[in-house]
Amino acid sequence: MLKQWSRSARTLLACSIGFVAAANNHAHAETVPTAQATTTGQAVTDTEVTVGQLHSATGTMAISETGSIQAERLAIDQINASGGILGRQIKIIQEDGASDWPTFAEKAKKLLVSDKVAAVFGCWTSASRKAVLPVFEKENGLLYYPTFYEGLEQSKNVFYTGQEATQQILAGLDWVAKEKKAKTFFLIGSDYIWPRTSNKIARKHIENVLKGTVVGEEYYPLGHTQFGSLINKIKLKKPDVVYAIVVGGSNVSFYKQLKAAGVTSDKQTLLTISVTEDELLGIGGENMVGFYAAMKYFQSLDNENNKKFVKAFKAKYGPKSVIGDVTQAAYLGPWLWRAAVEKAKSFDVDKVVAASPDIELKTAPEGYVKVHKNHHLWSKLRIGQVLADGQFKVLYESGLIEPNPFPKGYQ
Amino acid sequence: MTSVSDLFSVLVMQGFNGLSSFSVLLLMALGLAIIFGQMGVINMAHGEFLTIGAYTTYLLSEVSQRWAPWLQKSYFVFAVLVSFGLAAGIGLLVEHVMVRHLYRRPLDTLLATWGLSLIMQQGFRSIFGAKEVSAVLPDWLMGSFKPTQSIDIPINGVFVMGLTLLLTSAVFFMLLRTRWGVWVRATTQNRVMAGAAGINTRKVDRSAFALGCGLAGIAGAAFTTIGSTGPTSGSLYIVDTFLVVVFGGAESLLGTIASAFGIAQTQATSEFFLTGSTAKVLTLTSVILILMLRPQGLFTIRVRR
Repeated sequence: MLKQWSRSARTLLACSIGFVAAANNHAHAETVPTAQATTTGQAVTDTEVTVGQLHSATGTMAISETGSIQAERLAIDQINASGGILGRQIKIIQEDGASDWPTFAEKAKKLLVSDKVAAVFGCWTSASRKAVLPVFEKENGLLYYPTFYEGLEQSKNVFYTGQEATQQILAGLDWVAKEKKAKTFFLIGSDYIWPRTSNKIARKHIENVLKGTVVGEEYYPLGHTQFGSLINKIKLKKPDVVYAIVVGGSNVSFYKQLKAAGVTSDKQTLLTISVTEDELLGIGGENMVGFYAAMKYFQSLDNENNKKFVKAFKAKYGPKSVIGDVTQAAYLGPWLWRAAVEKAKSFDVDKVVAASPDIELKTAPEGYVKVHKNHHLWSKLRIGQVLADGQFKVLYESGLIEPNPFPKGYQ
Repeated sequence: MTSVSDLFSVLVMQGFNGLSSFSVLLLMALGLAIIFGQMGVINMAHGEFLTIGAYTTYLLSEVSQRWAPWLQKSYFVFAVLVSFGLAAGIGLLVEHVMVRHLYRRPLDTLLATWGLSLIMQQGFRSIFGAKEVSAVLPDWLMGSFKPTQSIDIPINGVFVMGLTLLLTSAVFFMLLRTRWGVWVRATTQNRVMAGAAGINTRKVDRSAFALGCGLAGIAGAAFTTIGSTGPTSGSLYIVDTFLVVVFGGAESLLGTIASAFGIAQTQATSEFFLTGSTAKVLTLTSVILILMLRPQGLFTIRVRR
């Protein structure tokens, strides 16, 4: 009796929330009966919808994934505060992938099969994404993936909210070739799929489009800590630009040793696509001053959306917290999902996927994004210059770039 | 494009680079050479004692920035000393609580200390956060020394080299010229006999383990000048550390030095002429080949067992 009463009270509450939100927030919070909102047995009630969050909160990757966890939570809190999604509050089940790829696959299966979540926000490395991909395709789940990555992938069940390789690489190289009159390039990377694929694209672009030369291309094992020999090679080859895709703990060693060897921005142009504000915490801005990074987002972007976002993020996670490119991309995930669900008026994966192309997000901190039918986002590229306090000064902004995960002539 | 004098400069810098890698390898292996080499304890948590040193440096850097700006130029020296004390203290505790129960079971020690390393990593993550941090290093450490226009000698490299020289000499002196050294060597060679001769082997074990951990702490502090400070930073060094000690011949300090030198030179030179990943393959392959021919490592002490 009591139970029944409380359920109807909850429905009433949900209706009133829905009503208030609808009044405030025009169309997107109208209530859709649960039987219509999901036909595939997802964890949706009249008042609640359950989503999953799948990142590494422990292990080596926790360094990078913490920002994404925080940003997704912030977005979901904000969505809940503004009336939720189809009149329902979002409940999160967080799972820990523990920096271990089989664990990611196992937890993905748990989220989709036992918890029946309507969407998952998660993964960071390409390796973890590749591990969960078959699970999402088999169980027809929905994944929002935040990291910039090497491209060469497109799945019905995944939306990629970070940039694929060509978006991040081509415009950046064009900029440095024009601004610095660069003709010779030295490509450096950590030895795994993302840096190798990215440098392959970079090399094709340098040789075929910019008519420049690649004077060196080198890879170092993940976790490598001694870069003395490499630095001497850079000094010997004297490239116009060092193009660096070093990641993880190696990143810090690389930049500290560059500085100590006298390779600083007054003598050498360096462009990287693997250093965000998050990495600068570890490297120390003073050790990288004047070098350039090509990203779609910097914390210092000067627009109203971003100011609001940075303020909310710092209010929730402390004034010293920083926001890197991937953190912002992770923040887009829940908002893009909400927009698609409310357009489809359903949580069903097939309907959400069908509704997604051409969805726009004018409130994105990076300015404006639009979903492409290939499940990646139209986005801009910016060039930021490292400042001593660990922030970037934005020097250049491209137009909207079409995502092209399978670039012809670059493979 | 490249003149002869440039080539010469790079040659000089490459020579320095080899020596610099050598001192880094030796510095990180020194503590383990005592713990594993002399005591026979496979300490998988050695890397985490490096991390203790790194975080200590970070903390002192924060403290000096906030409360004692006049210390900013010299805090690093204190950081090295405090790192030693802290890492040695925690080492003492670990020895007392865990390692001493496992002296006769080397493989169990391996598992137990590996568990300890995971616990410590998660501990760092809970205390300092998962993201990497960066100590603000004094300017005098991060510049380069320029004997000519085109030669840059990194000062942090010189610093690590000096520290390594100092500590290695100190360890040699302690092992070969002090009473404590005699006790350690006696215990290593024949524990029962040493005990019978009146040496308190428990005390020797304890102090040697603590010293080894303290040296790791110093290495960790020194490595903030050339590497990262994060929960798993220490584990970046652990494989190389064991490699150096095992390759050198576990019981010989001289072997550790020779092996650090050999590995560093092979790695640095092949990195220069080949690429990073290939150089690693080459180095590891030669180490494996030599260990197949000489399983006891480069140097051994001949004792009757």
